[in-house]
Amino acid sequence: MEIFVNGKSRQVEESFSALQLLESMELVGKRLALEINEEIVPKSRHAEYLIAAGDKVEIVNAIGGG
Amino acid sequence: MQDDKLIIAGKSYNSRLLVGTGKYKDMDETRDAIEASGAEIVTVAIRRTNIGQNADEPNLLDVISPDKYTILPNTAGCYTAKDAVRTCQLARELLDGHDLVKLEVLGDEKTLYPNMVDTIEAAEILIKDGFKVMVYTSDDPIIAKRLEDMGCVAVMPLAGLIGSGLGICNPHNIRLILENANVPILIDAGVGTASDAAIAMELGCEAVLMNTAIAAAKKPVLMASAMKKAIEAGRESFLAGRMPKKAYASASSPIDGTFF
Repeated sequence: MEIFVNGKSRQVEESFSALQLLESMELVGKRLALEINEEIVPKSRHAEYLIAAGDKVEIVNAIGGG
Repeated sequence: MQDDKLIIAGKSYNSRLLVGTGKYKDMDETRDAIEASGAEIVTVAIRRTNIGQNADEPNLLDVISPDKYTILPNTAGCYTAKDAVRTCQLARELLDGHDLVKLEVLGDEKTLYPNMVDTIEAAEILIKDGFKVMVYTSDDPIIAKRLEDMGCVAVMPLAGLIGSGLGICNPHNIRLILENANVPILIDAGVGTASDAAIAMELGCEAVLMNTAIAAAKKPVLMASAMKKAIEAGRESFLAGRMPKKAYASASSPIDGTFF
């Protein structure tokens, strides 16, 4: 199914969890925050949260800024 | 000066200089400049993670560790209350529940002047949601008071436009804001050089937040050190209380005992 990660289209398997998505991108263990369809998905829920077709996923971190 | 602490949201700090982490050449320069500034509160921006590129790129929070510094995520780049609130919520998740944020909602790209209508709207939502809001504002004393009354933990008027280095453009307004304040007033934006920082502190500001003045100096690490000293000198000068200005001279050496 197609989802959108940081604005880009991405194909993932059905009933993929948020954690599996992060694993597939080698982002597990990195400092990041996850938002799906403009709702925060806390770290404690990454394993149980199932991604649906068309979901808009945002993965963010801290960068230099003033 | 040991007991002269900056207190924000109940936490006390020795340094009255807050610094940003933008515009540095690389992570090493970022780390060295922040170290030299002596700052304890450091701002960061929240942006999309680069996916599939530079997987080994050092993470800012590994260089500027939340164990060592109070990280102050900002909402830079937000032009609506909604985007600013979303950014703060992501920052809180990123920083394991840390709820101190720098709220800025901008009005246009040319001036980066704050949009105070949306800033107030966002501040209301964030405060209700448990955030401790340090708010970037225009130098309007009425708006500044309103932000304090709403429950912002610090009010941060601009001295000049963001990144302009124009210095304290309207010290009279800053003075009016300070007269009525019961929360820390910080100068945020506009400082260009060390004397600007000292003037801000001499006016009675509790602290100064800056980024470009250090990062865009020819030698950022040296400027960071200069700013640290300027902030300390300005604070001590404020506490010492300056002499009154006079229209005419007043000799420092006595007239008595002259032999000519």
